[in-house]
Amino acid sequence: MLTRLMAVVTLIALLGTNPALAQSEGAVDAPDAPASDATTLEDILARQRGEDVERTNRAAEGSSAEEQARGMLGTLGGASDSLLWEGLRFGTADITTQAGGPAATVLVQDGGMLWVGWREGPLRTYGGYLLLGTIGLLALFYLIRGRIRIDGGKAGTTIERFKPVERFAHWLLAGSFILLGITGLITLFGRVFIQPLLGKEVNAWLALGSKWIHNNVSWAFMLALVMVFVFWVIHNIPNRTDIGWMLKGGGLFSKNSHPPAKKFNAGQKMIFWSVILLGGSISLTGLSLLFPFEMPMFAATFEKLNAFGIPGLIGMEPFPTVLAPHEEMQYAQLWHAIVSFVLMAIIIAHIYIGSLGMEGAYDAMGSGQVDLQWAKEHHSLWVEEKQAKAQSAPADATPAE
Amino acid sequence: MKAMMLAFLATIVIAVGANAILNQSGFSSEDRYQGEAVRLN
Repeated sequence: MLTRLMAVVTLIALLGTNPALAQSEGAVDAPDAPASDATTLEDILARQRGEDVERTNRAAEGSSAEEQARGMLGTLGGASDSLLWEGLRFGTADITTQAGGPAATVLVQDGGMLWVGWREGPLRTYGGYLLLGTIGLLALFYLIRGRIRIDGGKAGTTIERFKPVERFAHWLLAGSFILLGITGLITLFGRVFIQPLLGKEVNAWLALGSKWIHNNVSWAFMLALVMVFVFWVIHNIPNRTDIGWMLKGGGLFSKNSHPPAKKFNAGQKMIFWSVILLGGSISLTGLSLLFPFEMPMFAATFEKLNAFGIPGLIGMEPFPTVLAPHEEMQYAQLWHAIVSFVLMAIIIAHIYIGSLGMEGAYDAMGSGQVDLQWAKEHHSLWVEEKQAKAQSAPADATPAE
Repeated sequence: MKAMMLAFLATIVIAVGANAILNQSGFSSEDRYQGEAVRLN
């Protein structure tokens, strides 16, 4: 009897001192409360929505004694699966690999979801609308204004507008840009427009061919960009005649309105600087994409933009300055495509006004010889300069080709 | 017109040349991503 009584007392005492067994009934039934720094379901859902979630690096700080004790029972000993996966997820795991390149050790890159969302969403939608909208506006302009004619009628004599080497550079730039534009659009829109119509096989071949053309024709574009910059930069420095030209809308919207202009009018100057600046930006991001992970530029750019407080000016949080190698490529791709869309829209307008939209304009880049009356109407100051130069040249001088 | 045709021809020549040069200079994807123990071509 005494022995039994002692056993009961001992059991009560044990129950009283063991925290696990001494928990109240309600506490025993409740699920394990997450550690204060543990990832919660809400954290996971917020990350999937693309929101920033403050995270404590448990692997770096060392897990709690309880987790370590729990981990001892696992196959990885003190390192739990969750810590390992967290390390892979956030790029803190110590990865060794035999594959080359800086991206080989990044196994999970969640920034990619943001990129995919942008690429498949706003980039295609707004980019497509921009190009279609530009074509629509030009069609409307054509319907209202018609073709801009030479008001004074053709003179019948011509004047050299561009030398052969200038036209070569122009067409090197134009031809390569059109190829790059078409192949870029196939790459972006192929899966949504070509694949449903022509099938996966055709889309795959087009995508492969587009990649080859896009990668290799880019060099012609960059070379031509440098050439046109060298040839024409001096003629594209803004001056006071541009103000008058702008105030009259370049004479594009009314007949018999011909604001004076030098070799390039204000509209052409805007096109020139758009091509140089946007084309330069496209080239830089293109090089970064052409040599993946070798020329990361966005973390450094974001750092500078943050330093100038640019994100705050447009109501945004500071830009991220620590980017995974893949993220650098993703930002480069997005920027490359956004700027390309803008430049494509500008160039569509340029092509229109240089061909269908204006009588006599194409000759400038076709034969290089433009009708004298056309030149007087659109570049009067330039014609005066040319004629004054020709008159001041010695009589026995050989005319330049 | 001659300048335009020459430019288009130059575009083709530059593209083919760039492809050949980059491939021979060790800038192909295979070259960049292979390691000492991993051969990708």
